[in-house]
Amino acid sequence: MNLETIKSEIEASVSGCRLEIIPNASPSEQHSLLVDAARAVAVARFLRDAAHLRFDFCSNVTGVDWPSKEISEKIKVKKILDGVEQEVEETRKTQSLGYLEAVYHLYSVEKKHGPFVLRLRTEDRENRAHLPSLTPVWRSAEFQEREIFDLFGIHFDGHPDLRRILMWDEFEDHPMRRDYVEPNDYEYEPTAHDEVLQKAKQHQNGVGC
Amino acid sequence: MDEPLKIALRKQGIFTTTLQELYNWGRKNSLWPLNFGLACCAIEMIATTMARYDMARFGAEVFRPSPRQADLMIVAGTVTKKMAPQVIRLYNQMPEPKYVISMGACAISGGPFKQGYNVLKGIDRYIPVDIYIPGCPPRPEALIDALMALQKKIDEQHLTGADRPRHLNLDTPSEFPVPQFGAHDLEPSQNPEIWHPPLVHISLAGKDESGNN
Amino acid sequence: MATTTYPTAHITPKPSTDGGEDQFLEVSMGPQHPSTHGVFRMNVVLDGERVVKLKPVFGYLHRNHEKIAENESYLGSMPYTDRLDYLCSITNNWAYALAVEKLAGIQVPERAEYLRVITGELTRLQNHACLIGFLMQDMGASGTPLMYAFREREKILDLFESLTGARMMCNYMRFGGCRVDASADWLQQAQKVMEAFPRFLDEYERLLTENEILMARTQGVGVLPRELAVNAGITGPMLRASGINYDIRKVDKYGIYDRFAFKVPLGEHGDVYDRYMIRVLEMRESIRILQQAMREISPGPIQDPKTKIRGFRPKAGEAYGRIESPKGELGFYLISDGSPNPYRYRVRPPSLINLTVLEEMCLGQNVADVVITLGSIDIVLGEVDR
Repeated sequence: MNLETIKSEIEASVSGCRLEIIPNASPSEQHSLLVDAARAVAVARFLRDAAHLRFDFCSNVTGVDWPSKEISEKIKVKKILDGVEQEVEETRKTQSLGYLEAVYHLYSVEKKHGPFVLRLRTEDRENRAHLPSLTPVWRSAEFQEREIFDLFGIHFDGHPDLRRILMWDEFEDHPMRRDYVEPNDYEYEPTAHDEVLQKAKQHQNGVGC
Repeated sequence: MDEPLKIALRKQGIFTTTLQELYNWGRKNSLWPLNFGLACCAIEMIATTMARYDMARFGAEVFRPSPRQADLMIVAGTVTKKMAPQVIRLYNQMPEPKYVISMGACAISGGPFKQGYNVLKGIDRYIPVDIYIPGCPPRPEALIDALMALQKKIDEQHLTGADRPRHLNLDTPSEFPVPQFGAHDLEPSQNPEIWHPPLVHISLAGKDESGNN
Repeated sequence: MATTTYPTAHITPKPSTDGGEDQFLEVSMGPQHPSTHGVFRMNVVLDGERVVKLKPVFGYLHRNHEKIAENESYLGSMPYTDRLDYLCSITNNWAYALAVEKLAGIQVPERAEYLRVITGELTRLQNHACLIGFLMQDMGASGTPLMYAFREREKILDLFESLTGARMMCNYMRFGGCRVDASADWLQQAQKVMEAFPRFLDEYERLLTENEILMARTQGVGVLPRELAVNAGITGPMLRASGINYDIRKVDKYGIYDRFAFKVPLGEHGDVYDRYMIRVLEMRESIRILQQAMREISPGPIQDPKTKIRGFRPKAGEAYGRIESPKGELGFYLISDGSPNPYRYRVRPPSLINLTVLEEMCLGQNVADVVITLGSIDIVLGEVDR
């Protein structure tokens, strides 16, 4: 089961689909296939139904948060210094656009092979954090996609019942995101150290126990 | 009546007692716990009731599924913020006299999951707790020890006077407010009438790191 | 969807929408309910006794295992995995250790693999025995079967305690091996427990398998069709009760499972009775595996010497490792960015995913059967909500 061949097969049968192989450097060698969100459902159907693949069992669905990162690159700029034009090296900092990712681990119960790792990416982390739901293809994605919606805030279009699953309905944050700030309940920390110690101090100074 | 006289009378076949002793004896030997497990500790609680540890020896084997019939709540396991209002509501539904055993590190303070965003850092923020048992999870022997400690506590209660128990003092509340689900946390995040954080002075040795931003 | 939650069964009559005379009842079962195996809640809509709709509500034991693990070192998460499925801490350790071993390419010495199989199969024995006990408790066989199961469980827990130091939270596996070696004496004790177990199982089966009440209550109840089982990602004894031959011990052959001769029991009807029977048969197969493992185990190292357990920093990459835990497929998905703590840590909980078909299994049945259908799924809330 070669990822390259599967990729070309998908490209042949699902028209207009952008695919990219994401290599995995670890010894597990579980490389993944990044699928364009617009054609994801068609790709998923193909993977499930193609007679020699038959990925009929979607085992694990999860989200990953990749916040925007600061990329610093060095560029040479011409500047007038002391009346003379000189070439000066400057570092320019740009913000890469963060995104959220949904990862699907597929296995085949019929052919007993796997895992096949499928990745979908949202355009950004805020307003356009939308992905198509793969629940119509694999029922097992239903509750796991709800969990991603709850904890990461990815909206799955076409999901039959997209509600919060673990946190209560009135909750507003998405706690598994990396920039989530937890509620301040550091009244009493008997063995506080490091980060917890700082938070406990902030709490004591702010509230005054 | 002094103790030697009582013993001497008992030797003659005359049994004397006080109403307080009789009342406490009855209460302490028929505790009915609420059939209420939250997490890992609940399995040890079940193990305590089974043949090997046999909690029935202490008169506490009748686990009642309804809070209306129970007088001991064993908070066995992690109390999450989503579950906390239900725990408090269950406590409020129990009739007086009622007692709480906080079983395991999580129910005491949040335990290993203390840093979790959805974990309540101890049930004693909302309801009064009588006995704490440390451990993750506490062994069945520890739960039996807690039960015996509670029995001792009940036995020593005076029915009259200023230190009489809560259920005989009409001025003290037996129900406590249930927190609401908020946008980020439970509201309020603790009951200030119940929960008084221990005064800990947090300092780094020799350095003034106030933590102010 | 009502936002207020009630601790005990709460009943609101709803007028029927088609103007007919019959009324639907909405019952909230849980989170405090004697037979929901913890703090699980179901919103059930009833037409008389018949279930019309059932929506599970989760999260009452959501204790942020994944978030904590992402701020914790790789080794530091190991004790937390004990508390996922708190009946089978050793298999949880195993799944996590396996995922990390895949992530960093660690080899496990042979003796450690044998110890993993022995402790893992002992875990399966006590889990299945207790599950059947709880199932019978739900059915109204109050006390006896559960007490029998716990009596046997205590014997296995004694073994765990003498080996690892803890009854329930064993924290036994390490990346590339196990934490402590088993002495010859321990193996002898384990042999004794194992040899005595079939006798208990025979007694248990005499009490239950052909019991008329059990058969009447469970046969044809909570049927899970094959196609739905695969599509919904059901794993473990539940999947095999529906007649699908998929056991990760056979498929992945992780560890040294390819060395043992054992059968995978399969069900035919996919009902509660089949799920009960599968577990009994699996216990018998586990005993076969244990017999072979006890015979073949030989002395040797129990830990890969090249692996640095403290201050462990795998190279950037990701891995998904899974095992056949007593509940089903337990998987761990880890993404490393080269730092001492995982960038993403995810548990694939078999209990949660097996629960998702509860509605399909219960529709059209009596409300009393919901309880035993739930009992036959074998859920542990620590794993469902994590």
